[in-house]
Amino acid sequence: MKISKEEVIHVADLARIELDASAVEKFSHQLGAILEYVDTLNQLDTSGVNPTSHAISRSNAFREDTVCAHLPAERALANAPDKDETTFLVPRIIGG
Amino acid sequence: MSDMKPYEFTIAQAADMLRRHELTSQTLTRSVLDRIHAVEDKVGAFITILDESAMEQAVSADVLISEGRGGVLTGIPIGIKDLICTEGIRTTCASRMLEHFIPPYDATVIRKLKAAGAVMVGKLNMDEFAMGASTENSAFKPTHNPWDLSRIPGGSSGGSAAAVAADMCLGSLGSDTGGSIRQPSSHCGVVGMKPTYGRISRFGLVAFASSLDQIGPITKDTRDCALLMNALAGYDSMDSTSVPEPVPDYTSFLSGDLKGMVAGIPKEYHASQGLDPEVAAAVRQAVQTLEHLGVRCVEVSLPHTAYAVAVYYVIAPCEASSNLARYDGVKYGFRDVSAESLMDMYRNTRSKGFGPEVQRRILLGTYSLSSGYYDAYYGKASRVRTLIMEDFKAAFKTCDVLLSPVAPTPAYPIGQHIDDPLTMYLSDIFTLSANLAGIPGMSVPCGFTEQGLPIGLQLMGPHFSEGNLLKVAWHFEQSTDFHKRKATL
Repeated sequence: MKISKEEVIHVADLARIELDASAVEKFSHQLGAILEYVDTLNQLDTSGVNPTSHAISRSNAFREDTVCAHLPAERALANAPDKDETTFLVPRIIGG
Repeated sequence: MSDMKPYEFTIAQAADMLRRHELTSQTLTRSVLDRIHAVEDKVGAFITILDESAMEQAVSADVLISEGRGGVLTGIPIGIKDLICTEGIRTTCASRMLEHFIPPYDATVIRKLKAAGAVMVGKLNMDEFAMGASTENSAFKPTHNPWDLSRIPGGSSGGSAAAVAADMCLGSLGSDTGGSIRQPSSHCGVVGMKPTYGRISRFGLVAFASSLDQIGPITKDTRDCALLMNALAGYDSMDSTSVPEPVPDYTSFLSGDLKGMVAGIPKEYHASQGLDPEVAAAVRQAVQTLEHLGVRCVEVSLPHTAYAVAVYYVIAPCEASSNLARYDGVKYGFRDVSAESLMDMYRNTRSKGFGPEVQRRILLGTYSLSSGYYDAYYGKASRVRTLIMEDFKAAFKTCDVLLSPVAPTPAYPIGQHIDDPLTMYLSDIFTLSANLAGIPGMSVPCGFTEQGLPIGLQLMGPHFSEGNLLKVAWHFEQSTDFHKRKATL
């Protein structure tokens, strides 16, 4: 297989996704097939070819450093799963 | 037009009648909303139906029109793909992750439609986060093809295309990252355009693959496509990738004749394995129709076509895995509250919030970008992307527009490919390259299979040649009636 179960578990960990055993099995099979297909790119010699990250490349889009319309804190917090008046709340990170 | 119901009108027809006071937006909007409620159980195009606010907008539109201050879109009922942010209106991306997300601002395209006085009738179903080509990946429900309810409408803008085909709105907005406007438009027998990258602002479009995503219109015919393009196109300081290129009046291209126009027929597309014979025949016939209209057709070669799927399914997942890292249960969206540690909260939130196709692409992208694999996958794909762009540049030295199928097959039965992602990905072969090269592409109805399923003709052109594509499509429509046929529901 192109990608082992251990690699799937490692990548899932990097992506902060928890997979059960059957999902690991299924993804390693499906991702393996896709990655094998992607290997067809190695048929091409791309030495000397520049990479493209954007089809229409624009250099930096500058603007004046002025205060523009922005969200007030209350509206920025409106969709937060957990919050107090001015901040987002998350489970405890340090100590217990 | 007297025997037509208001919901059946094109945008141009309705706009004429509104301007002549033969119709009010309230009558039109009521008719469209009634139509939605009559067929939604069968089609499943909508995630949110906006009965109340749509009627309020219709009242305002009627005031504007009566005061002579209306534009062509004033009072026109439009549907919006549910990944375009609408202030105060739930925007789900068809994902559990954003099931209750209410954007605090409007996307630029929504701001523009509101300024034009358009009426928003609802938010349309799609593949979760626009990942898919069948709308089966919606976390809420599949959408059914109005031409055959047992079949997919295409995707990811399946709700947007099905709603227009079923007369549940006069036009809609979709987004296209690898064919997500053109392919469902082809499968549903409507007109869809993916404009040049940077032509329409992406501000407020929930990001999937930022270097490929583009918003575009889905309509009943080419004139309506031009009318929506007029309203949507243009530079936006809120999107640093939007391009400050002047916007022409796209309706000005819908005239004259096609003499002197040269169309390229990409031989790799037409010789593609898996191309359905009925699709191939319809597209061949369309090419002949255009030749009769004065278009000169030449064979061209896009030699790297066979690599487009591989390039896309590295680049798009890489960008997606990075973009979707923001869904961590902290600022908005779903959070799993059972977790006690921050790390468990992240993991549980993302595992429960994302569906299988989204997880698959995040994993694929994370793998391709991970230490030791970056050059082999993302680096390699970015270089082959350059070769694909150069193919188009070379082809456009000898032709103005490329003609091809949109999808290799007509719409297939719901459930057919759901467990076989690679086969699904391979069916994007004709549409992905336009996104990789940033060029505009369009789907126009060009025939039906014996079973009565629509087939689309794809037109592609150089950057910012939308006007030319509309011109060819409009002339094609003048000599055919495929775009006028309606699904029976």
